[in-house]
Amino acid sequence: MRVNINVNGEDVTADNVWPGESLLYVLRERLGLPGSKNACEQGECGSCTVYLDDVTVCSCMVAAGQAEGRAVRTVEGLAEGPGKGGDRPLGAVQQAFIEAGAVQCGFCTPGLLVQTDDLLNRTVDAGHGIPTDSEIREALAGNLCRCTGYEKILDAVHLAASRRADTDTAGSPA
Amino acid sequence: MPATTRTVTDLTSTTKDGIGASPLRPDGTLKVTGEFAYSSDMWMEDMLWGATLRSPHPHAEILSIDITEALKVPGVEAVLTHEDVPGAKRYGLEFEDQPVLAYGKVRYKGEPVAIVAADHPETARRAMERVRVDYRVLEPITDSRRAAMDPQCPLVHEPGTIPDHPEYNQRGNRLRHQPIRTGDFTTGDPDAALEALRARADVIVADAYEVGMQDQAFLGPESGMAVPAEDGGVDLYVATQWLHVDQRQIAPALDLPQDKVRITLAGVGGAFGAREDLSMQIHACMLALHTRKPVKIVYNREESFYGHVHRHPAKMRYEHGALADGTLLYATAEVIVDGGAYASATPAVVGVASSLGLGPYEIPHARVDAYGVYTNNPPCGAMRGFGAVQACFAYESQMDRLADALGMHPVDLRVKNSMAQGSRIITGQEIDMPLPMADMLRQARDLPLPPDREDLPDPADSRTLPGGVAGTTRGEGVVRGIGYGVGLKNLCFSEGFDDYSTARVRLEVAGGEPVVLVHTAAAEVGQGLVTVKGQIARTELGVEKVVIAPADTGVGSAGSSSASRQSYMTGGAVRTACHAVRDEVYALARGRGHIPEGVGDDDLTLTGGKIVSRARGALVSLADLLDDGTVVEETREYHHRPTEMLDPTLGQGSSHTQFGMCVHRAVVDVDVELGLVKVIALDAVQDVGKILHPLQLIGQIQGGSTQGLGLALMEEIQVGDGQIRNPSFTDYLIPTILDTPPMRIEVLEHPDPHSPYGLRGAGEPPTLSSTPAVVAAVRAATGRALTHAPVRPEDIVGIPL
Repeated sequence: MRVNINVNGEDVTADNVWPGESLLYVLRERLGLPGSKNACEQGECGSCTVYLDDVTVCSCMVAAGQAEGRAVRTVEGLAEGPGKGGDRPLGAVQQAFIEAGAVQCGFCTPGLLVQTDDLLNRTVDAGHGIPTDSEIREALAGNLCRCTGYEKILDAVHLAASRRADTDTAGSPA
Repeated sequence: MPATTRTVTDLTSTTKDGIGASPLRPDGTLKVTGEFAYSSDMWMEDMLWGATLRSPHPHAEILSIDITEALKVPGVEAVLTHEDVPGAKRYGLEFEDQPVLAYGKVRYKGEPVAIVAADHPETARRAMERVRVDYRVLEPITDSRRAAMDPQCPLVHEPGTIPDHPEYNQRGNRLRHQPIRTGDFTTGDPDAALEALRARADVIVADAYEVGMQDQAFLGPESGMAVPAEDGGVDLYVATQWLHVDQRQIAPALDLPQDKVRITLAGVGGAFGAREDLSMQIHACMLALHTRKPVKIVYNREESFYGHVHRHPAKMRYEHGALADGTLLYATAEVIVDGGAYASATPAVVGVASSLGLGPYEIPHARVDAYGVYTNNPPCGAMRGFGAVQACFAYESQMDRLADALGMHPVDLRVKNSMAQGSRIITGQEIDMPLPMADMLRQARDLPLPPDREDLPDPADSRTLPGGVAGTTRGEGVVRGIGYGVGLKNLCFSEGFDDYSTARVRLEVAGGEPVVLVHTAAAEVGQGLVTVKGQIARTELGVEKVVIAPADTGVGSAGSSSASRQSYMTGGAVRTACHAVRDEVYALARGRGHIPEGVGDDDLTLTGGKIVSRARGALVSLADLLDDGTVVEETREYHHRPTEMLDPTLGQGSSHTQFGMCVHRAVVDVDVELGLVKVIALDAVQDVGKILHPLQLIGQIQGGSTQGLGLALMEEIQVGDGQIRNPSFTDYLIPTILDTPPMRIEVLEHPDPHSPYGLRGAGEPPTLSSTPAVVAAVRAATGRALTHAPVRPEDIVGIPL
C-alpha cells in the first residue's frame, strides 16, 4: 500500500508498504529516518517516541496506515533553523543532553529528547514554570535508559528547562 | 615569532580539553540529531534481511531439516543450515564448543538452527515457518547443582567433544572447578580443620544464597550488515565489544583468511558484556557471501533474550566464623555458576568468582570452591561485574548477618576486617596499590542522609512512596532501612591473559594547524572512550585538535571493551603511541636545527602546539615544523604487567592486574505489607586512582549502581525447564527513572603506581556493591533474611511461593 505522511514538515510518500509494518519501520527503513530507535518494538522502552499530530507516541505501536495523512515529528525534526540534521543549530533539549552527560550509548536518547521536548512544551513553554523532579520522573517514566542511571538525564532536563525559560522570557513582550 | 607564541609563564598550563577536563563527547551531536549510525541503522539499496530459525526445545536430537518449502517463498534468496557452513562448524570465546548452526543436537532453547535471507523481514519470517525440523526431544539438564555434583548426571556435551583443559579440573558437566585453600585448610584433613576452626569461633553464620540470571538489557539490539567484497572476502559493520576476537572466530567459520574478514564498528547501543560473544556475525556473513548481496540482521527484543549470553545465575553456600570482637577467623564458600549450554566466558568467570569469592576481608583460613557447569539452560557469559557480582552478594549478606549476630554496626565489622594496601587476597596475591577501604566505608556511612519521611513537604505524596502513583499506600506499613555494600573487582583481564591494546597516532598539519589522528580498534559502547582517547592525545601532544578515526580491523587489536579495561589499556596504548610521536617530533626538530645544542629531550614539552623548552621557552611551532607536509605516525602496543593462572589445587597465584573498589550506602522505604520497595538514596564512594573525565566518570558509576539496583529488586530472567519465561521488557523489568533514586557519588584519587596516570577501571565496581547495599537496606527494614537477589515481593512479606 501507499502511505502519505507529513514528516518533520515535509510531505512524503512511502510505496509498497506491507500492511503489517509499523510507523517506526516506515520511518527507519523506507523514509531514511533511522533516528527513532528500535529497542523493544513493543511499546515498553520509549526509544521510538515521535510526535503524531503533536501527541507523543511509541511509533513501533502505530501501524503505518494509521499515520496516513497525519503529521509526524521525529528526533530529526528537533533541531532548530534551516538545513539538515547536524548542520542546523541544536535545540535547547539536544544541547542540554550533550552538555549534562545524559548521552552515553545514545540509543534511548532520541525518544527521551522528544518526550522531554513535549514535557517542556507543556510546562515551561506553557507558562507553568520549570518542572519539578517528580514531574520530570513521571513524564519520562516510559523511556528506559540502561547506561546513565537517569541522574544526568534529570540534570539535562533541568538545564534545558531553564534555558527555554530564559528564551521564553527574553522573547516575550516587555 | 608568530603572534600565537605564548610566554614561558604558560608552560604549566595544560592543553584545553585534556585529561581531567570534561569535554563534550565527539559523537554527542550525531547522537542527539538522530544521525549516529547504529548497527541496526545500516541500509543499502539492494540489501536483504537475514533471520534466524531457533530451536524451540532446550535439548533435542535433530533428526532432519527440510528447507524445500521455505525456498519456495517468493522473495527468499537463501536458506542455510549447518551443511552450508563453509569452514569450522564451531566457535567460541574460550572453548570452541558452540555450533555456528546446530547439528546433531540442540542444547538450549533458542539455539540457531537455520538462517534465511529475503527481501523483507516478513518474507524471512514466513520462510522460517516453512523450514521443517524433526526433533527427538530429550530431557533437559537444568539443575546446576546436580550438573556440578552428581556423577550420574547426563552430559550436555558428548565426551571428547570439548577441549581438554586439565588446569580447570574438568569432570562431567564441570567446565571448571577452582578450589582455593589457605591457612589450616591447606594441610591435613580439611573437614577436621573446619571442625577445629568452628570450635574456636565465638560466632558462626551460614546460609545459602542465590543470584538470578540477569540480562544486560542493552537497548540497541544485536544487529549489523555484512557486505560481500570483490576479493571474495566480506566487510562487516556490527555492534560488538571486541572487533578482533570477532574476526578470529568468524574467519575460520567462513573458511577465509583473517584479513578477508574486515570489520568496522557500527554504532553500539550499549553492551555490558553481552556483545563479547558472537550473535549474528557469522550468519550475516554466510548469507552475504552466499547471495552476493548485502545482508542486514536485526534481532527483535524477544530474540535478543535468546541471542546473547546472560549473567550466570549462582547457587552459593557460605559459612563465616568470627571471634567475639568481630575478627574473622575462617570462611568457606561453595559457588556454582550455571554456564548454560556453551562455555562462553564461564572458565574466566569461575576464576573471578573463586579468587574474589570472599571479598576484601582479611580471613586467615579460607576454603573456596567455585564451579562452572554446562546445563541446557540459556548460555551465560560476560556481564558487568563478571563473577564478582554473585560472590559479592553472598559475602556481603554474610557480613551483615555476622554484624547482627555480634551486635556490631555493619560498617564497624567491615572496617575491623578490611583489607588495605599490602593485604593479600585468598589467592596469595598482594594488593600492591592503594586500597583505602576502611576510610571509604566510614566516608559512606557519614554521608548526609536524605530527610526522614515526616520531614518531607508532603509525607503522603504518593510519588515519594513505594508503589508510586498507583497510590497503594499513604505511608502506612512503610518502613525505612539503611544498608551497606562493598566489593572488590579485578580490572583488566586476568589469569595470564595478555589483553594488549594497539593505537596508531598521526600528527600532521592541516589547514595551517596541527591535527592529531587517533586510530584504535577499541569499541566505543557508550562509556565515552572516544572522548578519553582525544583527551590523552591533547595532553600528551599539546595539540587541541584531535580526530578519532572509526574503530576497525585496519589497526591491531585493542582487546575487549570489558573488564573496565579500556581507559587503562587503550588509554595506555594511545599515550605510548603519543610518546613515540613526540620523540619523533623532537628528533625531527633537532635535525632541522630548531633545538639548541645542550637542550635534551628531558627539557622539552609539547605545549600549545609548540615544542617548548623549560629553560628557553618556545622553540618552534608544530605548524611551522610540519608545514612541508611531514606526517609523523607511530603505532604502539600497550601491555599490562603479566598475571598468573591460579594453580588448580590450592588456587594460589597473582592472577589479577588491578583491583577496584566501590562502597555503597542504600536508603530504602519498604511497604512491608505489600512487598514494594522505593529506593530513596543510593550513594557511593569509589576510588578511581585518577579522574580522566569527571562527567563521564560519574555517569559510569551512576549507571553501574543502577544496574546493581536492578539486580537487587527486579531483574531476573525466569527460566523453567530450560525455557525463558519473560523474554520482553514487559516481563523482564529494568529500572525506570521512577525506580532510580538520587545518587551522590564521592570519588577518591589514590593513584595505582602500575597504571597509566594512576587510573583504575571504574565501570564495574559500582555494579558489585550496589546490589548487596540495597538488599541490606530492605533486610534492615523488614528483618527478613532475603537470600535471593533479586528480592521478590513475596520474600518481603514472607509468603513462600
